[in-house]
Amino acid sequence: MFPSPPAPDVRTDALIQGLVRRQGGRAGALIEVLHQVQEHIGHLPPSALRQVARGLQLPLSHVYGVASFYHLFQLEAPSTHRCAVCLGTACFVRGSMELVQRLQVRLGVRLDDPDGGGGWVLQGISCLGACGLGPLLLLDGVLVAGRPLASPELLEARFKGLGLPLPRRDQP
Amino acid sequence: MNAPTPGGAGLLRCCDASGCRAAGSGALLKALTAARGAAPLPVAAVRPVGCLRLCGRGPLVAWDGPAGTRLYGGVPPALAPALIAETGAAASPGPDPLAAHRLDPNHPFFRLQCSVVLEGCGQVDPEAIDQALAHGSYVQWRRCLLELSPEAVRQQVRRSGLRGRGGAGYPTGLKWDTVALQPPGPRYVVCNADEGDPGAFMDRCVLEGDPHRLIEGMAIAAHAVGAERGYIYVRAEYPLAIARLRRALQQAGQRGLLGQALLGTDRELRISVRVGAGAYVCGEETALLASIQGRRGSPRPRPPFPAQTGLWGAPTLINNVETLAAIPVILREGGDWYAAMGTAGSRGTKVFALSGAVCHTGVVEVPMGTSLRTIVETMGGGVPDGGALKAVQTGGPSGGCIPADLLDTPVDYEELKALGSIMGSGGMVVIDAAMAMPELARHFIRFNVQESCGKCLPCRAGTVQLEQLLDRFVERRAVPEDLERLEQLCRMVAATSLCGLGQSAPQPVLSTLRHFLHDYQAGCGAPAGEARP
Repeated sequence: MFPSPPAPDVRTDALIQGLVRRQGGRAGALIEVLHQVQEHIGHLPPSALRQVARGLQLPLSHVYGVASFYHLFQLEAPSTHRCAVCLGTACFVRGSMELVQRLQVRLGVRLDDPDGGGGWVLQGISCLGACGLGPLLLLDGVLVAGRPLASPELLEARFKGLGLPLPRRDQP
Repeated sequence: MNAPTPGGAGLLRCCDASGCRAAGSGALLKALTAARGAAPLPVAAVRPVGCLRLCGRGPLVAWDGPAGTRLYGGVPPALAPALIAETGAAASPGPDPLAAHRLDPNHPFFRLQCSVVLEGCGQVDPEAIDQALAHGSYVQWRRCLLELSPEAVRQQVRRSGLRGRGGAGYPTGLKWDTVALQPPGPRYVVCNADEGDPGAFMDRCVLEGDPHRLIEGMAIAAHAVGAERGYIYVRAEYPLAIARLRRALQQAGQRGLLGQALLGTDRELRISVRVGAGAYVCGEETALLASIQGRRGSPRPRPPFPAQTGLWGAPTLINNVETLAAIPVILREGGDWYAAMGTAGSRGTKVFALSGAVCHTGVVEVPMGTSLRTIVETMGGGVPDGGALKAVQTGGPSGGCIPADLLDTPVDYEELKALGSIMGSGGMVVIDAAMAMPELARHFIRFNVQESCGKCLPCRAGTVQLEQLLDRFVERRAVPEDLERLEQLCRMVAATSLCGLGQSAPQPVLSTLRHFLHDYQAGCGAPAGEARP
């Protein structure tokens, strides 16, 4: 899991030291620290986990155990674009799986495939609590207004804005 | 509802909670403020507020004017000048630009609501402590500090008959007594705001709309059990709620309502926010405690219960958001007042998040004992386009489906349990006839597969087996013996799992097996043109 020795990165190192200090170096603040590190660097690379472990004086196994337990901590660098469909019950009843099927075809990636394809990843997310507007779709964190199932042309306009090439003709 | 502010043209309350923000209330609020600045006449003041209930028609605006309260839904920013003009003295001639956006405040969806927990939600600006104070927040907390003994507070809570609103329905007064009567030493109060059930957004409504009420309820709880330290554990998916809570805590600290030497007494209370990281199991209390302490959110066996051994080994009181938010009003009006609402076993009011295949999506607070039919059909308007209602799902992935012919069941902990569902935290998802129940059951089982923490085998592996069995029914390749296997496996997982997640994971399957057996029977037998292996 941690193949290479840590590449010394002075800037991240100082950042993480600062974040740890702000939490008083308490081991109980591990989740808070991981949140903040991820906020600053986008994900939690092995080098960052090592530095957090050192800063909080915790075994690396413990830090890795916590980071890998929670869904919101990303151990891999995120792909360029993220398309997230709410799979909560209300959205499910309103056809979120149909939306997923269409997006899998349109984006050429499978749901929850971490590698993604062409810079896109398609994820299912848990209920956002805006059930009145379901099925909900987030493109790069921005909610797609209107019902994406009922108005595919609106969705297509958003895809175009994000630089996604048009679907090939031979696709269904 | 609030009386209009005197001397002006009233007050425009614009919903600024997540649901309406997703529908564009941010732009509307800006447009309203700009239009107000440009308007010549005395016009209504504009106030951002919490949830105005009918989330499906957002962004929502309420105008408390001379003729009472008017409601508007789905208002685009372009109509902000028209809305501001309406609050002015001069009636504009010509066609009404707002005609399509007017909502009827006397519609049963609004009329049948009984706002107790949500009384300040939609009234006050959640980011302004002065408005919360003007609305009566922290009056009961002051009483606790200056005159009410912990025992007197607990007595009122016992009398109110309040039961835990997180879903399990444990008597709140009894829980408080258990914590209070532990041997002397430090103790903690924890608010469970890890609202993870899909289709449930009641707690978010309180957190975003009236955070000071929750903080006051928590402070009172701390007083009643003798705690000086509290944590609010919020799920990370609620960024607005987190921001508003943090702000509210800071404001309360600046006013001397939290911190040290409260109101000149020797008392102290510090409350902090802890943010989850996307693990549903952390809604389970022992997992939640582990997470607050910076560990993996794995549950542990009970006893000992958190009331005896919780955070850092100290007695810890854990209550859900809605439970704590009900406390200030119980102290204000008295436990007996609260107990007069509802049914014999389920007192007071309950907030539900109504969603799914229903006309009016949003948040409703009703007295316990209200029938499901009243909530779903009268208030919610039933299935859109006259479709047929098949079932109402309550309790999320731990709950079950109540079939359409039992809609007259009142919402009551025991009544819902008798039908194989639970009250749950308050998610109420309407299912229409298009949905086949094995598919819905598989949706919930998949959720539990994803969220199982993996500590105990029945839950970790049993839910996967359940999913595979359900696949056979969904794909119509099950055999009649699969029905028996399915039920057997459900009973095994329920009986042998470590925590509530696993114990209740089979519930959506069992309840749909019970009420919709024909859907499963239809899943037996080979599909046309495909042979069974």
